[in-house]
Amino acid sequence: MPIFSYLVYPRMGKKEELIKSLEGIPECKTVDSTNEDIVVLLTDTSSEEKEMHLQETLKQVPEIEGMALVYAGE
Amino acid sequence: MDFDTTIGRREFIKNLAISSAIIAAKAMIPGVLFANEADFKGLGDLDWNKTPCRFCGVGCGLLVAIKDGKAVAVKGDPQSPVNKGLCCVKGYHSIQSLYAKDRLKSAQIRKNGKLVNVPLKEALDLVASKMQETIKKHGKDSVSMYGSGQWTIPDGYIASKFMKGAIGTNNLEANARLCMASAVTGFISTFGLDEPMGCYEDIDYADVFVLWGNNMAEMHPVLFSRILDRKAKNRKVKIIDLATRTTRTSYASDKSMLFVPQTDLAIANAICYEILNSGKANFDFLKKHVSYKKGKTNIGYGLEDGFKFKDKLEGIDLDAVKKFLEDYTPEKVSKYCGVSVKDIRYLASLYSDPKLKVMSLWCMGVNQHTRGTWMNNLIYNIHLLVGKISTPGNSPFSLTGQPSACGTVREVGTLTHKLPYGVVMSEKAREKAAKIWQVPVSKIPSKPTHHTVSMFRALDRGDIKFMWIQVTNPMVTMPKLKRYRDGANKEDRFIVVSDIYPTPTTEIADVVLPSALWFEREGMFGNSERRTQHFNQLVQPPGQAMSDGLQIMEVAKRMGHGAMFPWTKENYIEKIWSEYSQFHANDKHSMAPYEVLKENPGMRWPYVKGKETRWRFHAKYDPAAKGDSYDFYGKPDHRAWLIIRPFEMAPEPPNKKYPFLLCTGRVIEHWHTGSMTRRIPALHQAVPEGYVEVNPIDAKELGIVNNTKLKLSSRRGSIVLKALIDGRARPQPGELFVPFFDESLLINELTLDAFCPISKQPDYKKCAVKIEKV
Repeated sequence: MPIFSYLVYPRMGKKEELIKSLEGIPECKTVDSTNEDIVVLLTDTSSEEKEMHLQETLKQVPEIEGMALVYAGE
Repeated sequence: MDFDTTIGRREFIKNLAISSAIIAAKAMIPGVLFANEADFKGLGDLDWNKTPCRFCGVGCGLLVAIKDGKAVAVKGDPQSPVNKGLCCVKGYHSIQSLYAKDRLKSAQIRKNGKLVNVPLKEALDLVASKMQETIKKHGKDSVSMYGSGQWTIPDGYIASKFMKGAIGTNNLEANARLCMASAVTGFISTFGLDEPMGCYEDIDYADVFVLWGNNMAEMHPVLFSRILDRKAKNRKVKIIDLATRTTRTSYASDKSMLFVPQTDLAIANAICYEILNSGKANFDFLKKHVSYKKGKTNIGYGLEDGFKFKDKLEGIDLDAVKKFLEDYTPEKVSKYCGVSVKDIRYLASLYSDPKLKVMSLWCMGVNQHTRGTWMNNLIYNIHLLVGKISTPGNSPFSLTGQPSACGTVREVGTLTHKLPYGVVMSEKAREKAAKIWQVPVSKIPSKPTHHTVSMFRALDRGDIKFMWIQVTNPMVTMPKLKRYRDGANKEDRFIVVSDIYPTPTTEIADVVLPSALWFEREGMFGNSERRTQHFNQLVQPPGQAMSDGLQIMEVAKRMGHGAMFPWTKENYIEKIWSEYSQFHANDKHSMAPYEVLKENPGMRWPYVKGKETRWRFHAKYDPAAKGDSYDFYGKPDHRAWLIIRPFEMAPEPPNKKYPFLLCTGRVIEHWHTGSMTRRIPALHQAVPEGYVEVNPIDAKELGIVNNTKLKLSSRRGSIVLKALIDGRARPQPGELFVPFFDESLLINELTLDAFCPISKQPDYKKCAVKIEKV
């Protein structure tokens, strides 16, 4: 049951759409910065398999410029 | 040091994951804000409660969520005018400090060399009987108490009443002597009254921020975020980092100026010289509101037992000030301070530009200094020369390091020479205390006994036989540590330690009392801007743990002083506040009523006619100020005193054998000695051990790379640390920096117990060491 947190950098001017896209994924939760173009992403999946699937899904989110893994735990 | 994960484990991990990401973001992007850091939906219905943070002197407002009797989440309080919803990494993780597995839940007594759990009653009985026995055998000045700026205000008040009013000894000190004493003596000598005239709102008005040896980005991160926010909204705002080491603060500043340690004295004088000689002083302000003084010089360093010093100020005139400053032209000072003539003139121009509002901020760099009082005086001198003081945005501002260094140690007066109102040397102050405490005046001794270093020296010599240590960890923090640890361990010494976790200080204890932490009990803290903040008890303390104040009251009762502490566990905080407030019942210092404090995120004293005071010493803002403008009513002539102070060398300069200068300090992740933050997984993992920062030029010359093991030695001791080159900071060539949070790498084995002769505050920033690869 992995839990991960990331720092996510949106493509220029796409932060709002990025948050919308991420919040649309059931396993994702975001915390928005109020003054910088950066978003904290928390992911919580129920199995390794679902985690792999989620990571593939995240790769497809077009508004993501880059991601940095910060925390990994179970 | 594992965290007790029985509290909603998964929710806890999720919060940890979010917090860790926020920490990372804040480390990468100074000033990044996450106003609603987490919505905590996963935790269900939560009961959010206000409390001040206890992990520095800023006094951020927190909201702590309680579920099933435990603290499960924390966020910044958007209603708090201090932090406006922000927190630093310690704040976000603060509640975890309650729940590490090795939390002290039982009293302990040392039997056959080992601390063993005993019923609390047995331990309290022993403390009382041992204290009584020691007094009977060796006199009342053979017992002592040592607390801290993390004492709540009521706990400090109980300690003062117990030691000075009940026992009748001035052997009461607190670790704020190690961090704030120079600020106090600076205020007293220049203004006659302690604590800043301004407040944090100055940040919202200032155009220039000059940081004197103050790594705010790590030590006061929320206030630094407010400065960065001010700059983001007004691009003309300038931040000047005047420091001995390049830090995260330097990188976020407009200009970084590095100076040779101790020469800040000369730089301040050079700024004064430039202001006066360029004709840009505010002569009208000086004429109306400033007196000129000079004090003693060549005042020593307090290195020997029995050292005594008393400053004596004499009146001088402005011409004498000008004459004195001729030794401090920018050209002369630049030759030895490391800052260019151009930069000194630039600083002077910022201070003297009538269009700019200037805030100076400082903390340990200025205060932990063998001339700490002088440095405080000199920064005030600059502000007085240009008349930039006591108005919004014009503010010399001494920051504090602990949550209640101001509220408890400075205001209650848990120092040898202090009473809750005034000093023990004052008959009027003793009479006031005696009246409120209902004891004979003769009970309160009129002479101070030992400041902190002197107290531990007395323990070593055997003049003090009994010491009760609460809320602090001197076996990590005392300079020249070995002498004081050996002293405490001597055969006939009896040491009581009240704490929440085992520490190197509990290792020297004969009795350990388990304490309630922070919101496991009700209390108040007082922050850097004179703000008193109340907090309710939100959760039950574990096992036998109880507040430090209740412990003292229990011992007092056993010693026959119960009548002085007639309160119950349920009402003692409110009753104490009512009694303590009598000491400050005047327009210069009156405190907000208990009910007001309970309802609000703090109030700044003087609290007069239902209003707090933001700026002191100006009639527009301060109800105690007379006239229509400035009134420095702390001094008999109602003027601020500009005191000339020279540059004098540090006591232990580097030489051929010890060629490096060692500076010690903190890191953002750890609170002081790490006894709490090292038990918080995310913070511990972020900085798991102490290290030594080495300048890359020195590293190259000596063949040192990251993680090279180095033996650091001073004349007093040695430790082995791993090298860190261009990590989060860079010392200048010939200088080293070591944080003091790691109890397994005690850097204070090396430091020198030299202190400012006026404040008696030790200098942890300058001693000579050598390094060897091992």
